[in-house]
Amino acid sequence: MHMRHDWQQAGVTTLPVMFGYLPLGAAFGILAAEIGIPAWGALLMSLIIYAGAGQFLAIALLAGGAGLTEVAVATLMLNSRHLFYGLSLLRRFQGAGWRKPYLIFALTDETYSLLTAHGGDGGLDHAQAFRISLLNHLWWVLGSMAGVLASTTLTFDSRGIEFALTALFIVLTLEQARRLRQWLPFAIALATGVTAMLLLPERHLLLGAIGAASLVLLANYRRRLSGGLA
Amino acid sequence: MIGASLLGFIAVCAAATFATRVLPFVALARQADHPLILHLGRYLPPAVMMILVLYALRDFRPLSDGRLNVAADGWPMMLASLAVVVLHLWRRNALLSIIGGTGAYMAMVQLGWAA
Repeated sequence: MHMRHDWQQAGVTTLPVMFGYLPLGAAFGILAAEIGIPAWGALLMSLIIYAGAGQFLAIALLAGGAGLTEVAVATLMLNSRHLFYGLSLLRRFQGAGWRKPYLIFALTDETYSLLTAHGGDGGLDHAQAFRISLLNHLWWVLGSMAGVLASTTLTFDSRGIEFALTALFIVLTLEQARRLRQWLPFAIALATGVTAMLLLPERHLLLGAIGAASLVLLANYRRRLSGGLA
Repeated sequence: MIGASLLGFIAVCAAATFATRVLPFVALARQADHPLILHLGRYLPPAVMMILVLYALRDFRPLSDGRLNVAADGWPMMLASLAVVVLHLWRRNALLSIIGGTGAYMAMVQLGWAA
């Protein structure tokens, strides 16, 4: 009976993510079907890749006929932000036992924000973190399934639905700006992003911009160390 | 793309994605408090988000025939983005902002803005 209560609580906690993942997963499923990925492929991607932006990028690369090395590098670069999620959860996940590999695998932006939004050290136990992660994963897979089904059974005009991803990035950027209240990372991103657009071919754009931003941040760190100013 | 090659493609994506998630847990556990890591952890994520916005807003056409962002002149994309920003600053409801902006974009594109 405790168990049931815990699942209920996890369900309520993940409700906002469900509202986001179902349509976004559906957008992914529809897009995947549109470029000719079979239903099992789209579902497998949502099951074992499980990354919103990463899967949209994968579709774009697949459609563009990118090579496997390029796919690996682009995915690594796009998801490099996850490195820093892990760093801040090193202690939190200690002692999670058999659940730990799954908690790490399922660490999307949204799951990360739920797990870190809920209290400090005594906030969430590992079992509850596991339930929240699992439910979010389920919403994503269900959404993808709905999208695949919709594109094969309905004549739904889905042109333009991929804008949901652009909208998601805008919302996440606004949230980051609200949280951080500093212009530095955004100025760096604008500078490296626009420079990359002007100088680099399309397929290296993301890589170049994010790599350059990391280097600028590194230089900025060293300058602060030696100069001693904030 | 079918069968084995699609499987290989998915496996590479899954491995690369998992690698970024697991790396700090296996490699950097003892450096978690290093000031450089903290510095990057603080400033890189917002920078990446901003770059992703720029990337999405450029004339994005990875598909050989037809584009991912359907409109030809990019104006629907810009207007819909503005709608997302205004909606989000106003209500601060992520779902509302995303659905509102996407709905506006789909309407503009499907009602024939793109010539």
